[in-house]
Amino acid sequence: MSFTVQMPITESTTEMRAAFCEAMLSLAEKDERIFLLDADLMGAMGTKPFAKAYPERTIDCGIQEANMIGVAAGLSAEGKIPFAHTFGVFMSRRVCDQIFISCAYAKQNVKLVGSDPGITAALNGGTHMAFEDLGIMRTIPGVTIVEPTDIAMIRDLVPKIAYHPGVVYLRLVRRTCPVVYGDGSTFEIGKANLLRDGKDVTIIAMGYCVSGALKAAEMLAEEGISARVIDMFTLKPIDREAVIKAAAETGAIVTAENHNIIGGLGSAVAEVIAEDAPAALVRVGIDDRFGIVGLRPFLAEEFGLEAKHIAAAARKAIAKKG
Amino acid sequence: MTELERKRKTLELRAAEIRRLTLGQIHKVGIGHLGGSLSVADLLAVLYFDKMRVDPKNPKWADRDRLVMSKGHAGPAVYACLAMRGFIPMEQLDTLNQPYTNLPSHCDMNRTPGIDMTTGSLGQGISCAMGIAMACRADGRENNVYFVCGDGETQEGQIWEAAMFAGHRKLGRVIGFLDYNRLQIDGTTDDICSLESPAKKYEAFGWRTEEIDGHDVIAISDAIERARAQAEKPTMIVMHTTKGKGVPEIENQASNHNCNVNDALYAAASARLDSEIAALKEVLAQ
Repeated sequence: MSFTVQMPITESTTEMRAAFCEAMLSLAEKDERIFLLDADLMGAMGTKPFAKAYPERTIDCGIQEANMIGVAAGLSAEGKIPFAHTFGVFMSRRVCDQIFISCAYAKQNVKLVGSDPGITAALNGGTHMAFEDLGIMRTIPGVTIVEPTDIAMIRDLVPKIAYHPGVVYLRLVRRTCPVVYGDGSTFEIGKANLLRDGKDVTIIAMGYCVSGALKAAEMLAEEGISARVIDMFTLKPIDREAVIKAAAETGAIVTAENHNIIGGLGSAVAEVIAEDAPAALVRVGIDDRFGIVGLRPFLAEEFGLEAKHIAAAARKAIAKKG
Repeated sequence: MTELERKRKTLELRAAEIRRLTLGQIHKVGIGHLGGSLSVADLLAVLYFDKMRVDPKNPKWADRDRLVMSKGHAGPAVYACLAMRGFIPMEQLDTLNQPYTNLPSHCDMNRTPGIDMTTGSLGQGISCAMGIAMACRADGRENNVYFVCGDGETQEGQIWEAAMFAGHRKLGRVIGFLDYNRLQIDGTTDDICSLESPAKKYEAFGWRTEEIDGHDVIAISDAIERARAQAEKPTMIVMHTTKGKGVPEIENQASNHNCNVNDALYAAASARLDSEIAALKEVLAQ
């Protein structure tokens, strides 16, 4: 693990899906076991170059997510390493039992890619806005859950996910993400990234909220508040050590996620601190609501996922310390 | 006796033995999925003792034929075959559903040598069979991928996703069987949600289809042979069967899906099966 943090944060010009497809192409070139499955969203996911390069290892099932997961399980049973993609709403809600039984219970080596997490579903609206996928996945025994923060991370993680045994859920934004990490950064699945040290409060963020957490820390610094920022890109298994250390050293925790505060990062962190390191906790995320249609900035404001919301939560958490 | 008659009697003997061992396993626990295990006993006799290329000494042999028991609750009948073929010791059959057993109600590829896919949530095994077939095709293998679906299971939408997938991709090495015993937990399939004409449905999805008596071992064997003679289309063999076949006390009753096997039922049914086995052995010895 060796990463650098890019400040100030800028929006990437490369889309996450392009970085994903490039990483898959490079992986497939080296390893014949790599297969890519989709349910009629290869165009949306930008993986047609993979289909063109490796037609014999591409299976576009059509709009049949349940069958796709079973086919992926069958490929895995034969020693292949299938990556299956659909939107996160379908990958979690629609095929929960297929993932549970045919993949996880059967100890398959299947990689599940759920795209358009939370507000990044934007104009597809409430039907397509996965605020629950992490909660669903987290209750399936043994599933590893990863949400890459930016293109440097997706580039590094795709091969690591391929060779991480078992079922891995990759929660992936399709379009651009703010650049947090320098080119060539490397990461370790299961190990949280300490992005900024601090002593008054710790912001534990993932995915969309990581850049907002860094901006919030800058805002808080101007007020004389020292905020630690952790990128918890692996939700499961959560880096308990990083959470416990943060709770013990800063006494106040804010979680920030593009997901329902029930079942996702906020719940996972709450479980750790309630058991092992009591601390003040405020959760930033979707307050148990369904999605609505809108562009990303509108939705971030509507659901309270921006830096200012995270900073306000940090002040609240510090006040709760008493 | 002609060669064909000998083959018939040999496979009927195997089927009777499968039924006898299935009954014994379930009696040991006291309860189990007897009806749907007995209805596929003749098919399993043909697969394990006539058609399937498998090696008990090397259960993961890459070129073996695969079997996905999509109706995973027929595990006890499959375990009987695995014991008879030497994949597992015969004594292990006594452990069905005991604590920490490697022979659970529903087939588990990680627990039992010779099981190719974990099943138990209906409708899923058929898709896994298609994934296995895709992998075997990619590896250039010419093995067959067999799967068995229940008729109640066929009410699941995923069955038809997989059927459309296999037809479209012309998975010609796939040979499926429908255990069409017309019963499910809540009654008859025709009363609950009728399959109408499953063969016609599969045909419309691009499959070769056959309809046979699922208790006629030669009919099963011949149907498989015809399926293997081509590789252009997947084949669905609709087997008309009787749920609970071979134990008249429970035959053709919806309640036999998961039923008690008490000492009295076991004594009567096992005595009959033992006599049937002895008679078949005697015929074959002549």
